Formats: sequence, C-alpha cells, structure tokens
Amino acid sequence: MNRLGIIAVVAAAIVAVALPFFLAPFGIYLISMWTVLTIAAIGLNLTLGYAGQVSLAQGAFVGIGAYCVALMTQAGWPYPFAFVCAGLLCFVIGWILGYPALRVQHHYLAFVTLAFTTLVFLVLRNEEWLTHGIYGIDGIARPTLLGWSTGEALDFYVFSLGALTVLAATTWWMLRSPWGRAFVALRENPIRALSLGLDTRRYTLMAFAIGSSLGGLAGALYAPLVQFIEPSSFALGLSFNLLLMVIVGGSGYFFGPFVGALIAVLLPEWLRVTQGYYLIVYAAAVMIMMALCPSGLLGLAERAAKAVLRRDPPPVAPLRIEVTEP
Amino acid sequence: MASFVQLVVSGLATGAIYALIAVGFTLLWQTSQTINFAQGEFVMLPAFFILASMNLGAPFWLAALIGIALSILVLGLLFKLVIVDPMLKHGVLPLVISTIALSLFLKESAKDFYSSQAQPFPALVPSTDVHVFGAVVSTQSLAVLAVAIATVVALHLLLNKTRLGRCMQATAQNPTLARILGIPVRRMVLYTFLINGALVAIASILISPIYLAKFTNGETLGMAAFLAAIIGGFNQVRGAILGGVILGVLDNLSAAYISSQYRGAFPLLILIAVILLRPQGLLGRIEERTV
Repeated sequence: MNRLGIIAVVAAAIVAVALPFFLAPFGIYLISMWTVLTIAAIGLNLTLGYAGQVSLAQGAFVGIGAYCVALMTQAGWPYPFAFVCAGLLCFVIGWILGYPALRVQHHYLAFVTLAFTTLVFLVLRNEEWLTHGIYGIDGIARPTLLGWSTGEALDFYVFSLGALTVLAATTWWMLRSPWGRAFVALRENPIRALSLGLDTRRYTLMAFAIGSSLGGLAGALYAPLVQFIEPSSFALGLSFNLLLMVIVGGSGYFFGPFVGALIAVLLPEWLRVTQGYYLIVYAAAVMIMMALCPSGLLGLAERAAKAVLRRDPPPVAPLRIEVTEP
Repeated sequence: MASFVQLVVSGLATGAIYALIAVGFTLLWQTSQTINFAQGEFVMLPAFFILASMNLGAPFWLAALIGIALSILVLGLLFKLVIVDPMLKHGVLPLVISTIALSLFLKESAKDFYSSQAQPFPALVPSTDVHVFGAVVSTQSLAVLAVAIATVVALHLLLNKTRLGRCMQATAQNPTLARILGIPVRRMVLYTFLINGALVAIASILISPIYLAKFTNGETLGMAAFLAAIIGGFNQVRGAILGGVILGVLDNLSAAYISSQYRGAFPLLILIAVILLRPQGLLGRIEERTV
C-alpha cells in the first residue's frame, strides 16, 4: 500500500472513532450496523474477491450466527462463548457447503449457495420449537464483558468497532501469509496453482469456510445490536445486498467491503428525499457502475489516482518497481 | 387416485409455465453466456404492461398483444442493448451483478409506479371444472397446458426446422465456427433475446390469473426457472422443459403428500443432488469448462 493509502486509512480510522460523539443514537445505530455488515462483507470478499468463488449464502451465515448467539445467550450461556460458537458453527457449515464448490464453478456455485440460503430461511421459519418461526426472537440482551456493559448505543459501537478492527487485522495478516497468496492464485489461475503444488481442494474449502465464519461472527454482533431477529431478515435479499456491497466497494480490494457497506448503510438515508424510490436509484446506480467500472468504487479511485499521477509526474522520477497487488 | 390425477394435471400446468421461463433462460445462456437473474421479474412485468393497457381501455386480447410486443421490445431488445452489450466484455460475474440489480430495479418500479397490491388478472378461459376419469380438472389448467405446449412446439419447429433456427443453434454451439460459415452471429444472439421476451410475456399471461399480478411474483418464478434449467440441463432446450415439468409436478405432490411447510425445500434438495451427481443436468451434455 502506498503512502496515500495509509493516510486515507488513518484518516478513516480517526473518523470512525470520533464520529459517534457527534451523532444521535440513531446515527450510532447506523454506524454500528456498518461495522456488522463490513465484517460480513469482508468474509464474502475473501470467498469472492480473493478466492474467486461466487457465493449467495453470506446472508444465511449471518442468520445462522445471529440465531446461534440469540438462542445460546437466552439459554444462559455467556456471550463470548456464544460468539466463538457462532464463528465455529459457520466455519463447519461453510466447509461442508464448500464441497459443491469443488465440483462446480461460477454460476452453478451461485445457484447451490442460493438454494442453501433458501433452505436456511425455510428451516428458520418452520422449526418453531427452536427459532419461534415468523415471530422471531426479541429481547436479545447486549453483552456485558468483564463488567463493562455494552447496553448503551455508544458502548456497543465501541465493542463492535473493536471486533471489526480485530477481525479485519486478522484477515489482513492472513492475506499476507502464504494462505492468502494461495487464495489469489486460486482465483487467477487454478490450473497453474495446482501445477505449482498447491492443494487447491483444501484452499477452496478453506476460503469458503473462513469467509462463512466471518459471516457468522457478523451475525453474532447483529443479534445484540438489533435485539430482534426474524427469518426474513436473512432471506435471499441480505445475501444479494452483501454481494452488491462487495462489488460496489470493489471486490478483491481489502478495503472494498468497508466502502461498500458504508454506501449500503448511508445511501437509504441520503436518498430519503427520493422517498420510496431509493431502491430504484440504487439499482440503477449499480447497473451503471457495472457497465462503466466493474472493479467497484476502489477500482475507480485507483484508476483516477493513476491518471492523476501520470499527468503530473514528479520532477525527478524515482525508480519504482511496480508490484501488482491483487 | 382421483386427487393424484388432479395434482399431476395442475402440476403439469404450472410445470409447463416454469418450462417456458426456463427455456428462455437457457437460450440466453447458450447464445451469450448471460445468466439472467432478473428472469423472474421479466415474467412479473408483462402482466403490468397488459393491465396498464387495459386501464387505457384496450380489450384483453389487444392488451395481451400489446403486452407481448412491449415485452419483446423492452425485455428483449432494450435489455440486450442497454444492459447486456456493454457488460459482455467484462465477463460473466459483472453481468450477473447487473441483472441482480436489474431485478431489484424492475421489482421496485412495478411497486412504485403501479401498485404494491396484488392485482386480479383476467383468465384465458372461464374457470369451470371438467371431469376426466373421475378426477376434477379445471379448464384453466388445460388451457394453460394447451398454450404452453403450442408455444414449445412452435419454438421447437423454429429452432429445428427452419434455416434461421439452425443458424441460431450453430451460434449457440460454436460461435466462432458459425461466424466462419457466414452466420450473422450478433443478429442471431439478438433473436434469442427477442424470443426470450416473447416467452416471458406468454408465461406472464398464463401465470398471472393463478398467482395474481404482484411485484414480488418474480422471486419464486425466477427461482423456478433457475432450478428447472439446472435440473434439466443448462445447455439443452428440452432439458429445461423436462426440468420445468418435473419441478411443477414434484412441487404439487410433495406439498400434498410430504410436507406443505417444506414444499419449497424439495426442489432445492433435488437441485443440490443434481449438481453433485450430474452437474450437466439430466439431459445436458458435458460442456468443456474453462476451468
């Protein structure tokens, strides 16, 4: 990452920390939702942007994580334990769901995951003994960690921002590791990756499972944030939205999900003047962007930055070796 | 037994509608690698074209013709020119995203510019019951079956018996070779989009009296089209027909005999089984995959 990028990230981090002090409770709720959706989108970006597997199941994993945490905390288990369980559960289910990914590619995989999302929705809706069906689960308590209650909006935002930071840092570290390189190799040229001795089978499963577990962890934060969950929140619409977030932000860019989730959270508020029409505007904007710049907003920014740099070369051109980043 | 026959007949009727939708879906895939995630909304929309024309005073038959024509124009031609053409160079995934956005766009437009309430839609024939071998079958089911079969036969004749149809098949099977043989490949691709526009309009006329015209109809119908196409085989027209029929009958039978709550789940389980055991679909041929 170049210096400009570092400055941008630091500035964004300062804004993220300082912003809640200038916001009403609803604003804090919105940016808390942003942290939650960003975590889920980071997971999907791992599967889609880095490993190149199209998944329409991320929303279902958010649902599984949310229900896992809601049911476990209401049964009296401590929140941190439930949080870890949500991640592990989604890891295992993601691993199993990853098997079809080995047999099929691209559009077929999209349909398998689409079917999975619908199945999860049906189970959540129909198994009333467990999930209370369409009535959902309400009164989900916000956790108290080591005596620190996150019941207030601001406290919960700090907690979820902390979770986002830790999970994003872990993902960043993982992508720098040989594992992350292997994921990219899978996307760029699976046959070459295989011929270089990468166990593509294992890495594909791994990408899917890790991405899914991040979805589950996002769900584990979603449940106490909203304090009410119901099956239809986790239907296909959420998976589509998460997919759009990753694409709009820029799939394969580490910070793409941050940008995409921010737009998904803020746009309905900004476009409130258009009243009911905001989804139409959003959908039209996505279609236009796909036609002009399918690499997303960060891809657009990168292109713009390159254009500016090329037009305005430094007086003494420093010797630079271009390392193509994914 | 009588109820079984009834269930099968009404299942065949819905299955035939699914088949029409799935055939259009596979045609687009075969000729231009377009995976149309908005196909369900494509079926939802013509019903509103027709209702709007009827509101302007057109009789049903005229409104239906206007609906089909508009559908060919908007969902065929405009879709191809505005959405698909600029995206083709970017590959499959951006186009998938774009059609997902399009489905949202069409759904919200129908809701905001027409109505969020389910609209009654005139049936093709007055609904009376006919007794066949002790089973009660509605004339509506029979009419749907008749129209759907006629459409499929017409499409089959077009694709297999005319020069134009064979050119389209050649385009689907090997565009490069087709171009070398002097087939105007781009125009053939455009024709498949126009045919898809007509198919979804016919499906819309058939399904709307049953489901009512509602902006959310596309969700289930689009899903049915995907499922039918994959179960039957993505690269075969007859595979899509078989898939649609299987889906319609299975949906009815499983709802009646196994579990109505999980009626949505059985097609999905079959889908997963087909993808795992026979990824090319029941009638599909194995494609050479790039990966």
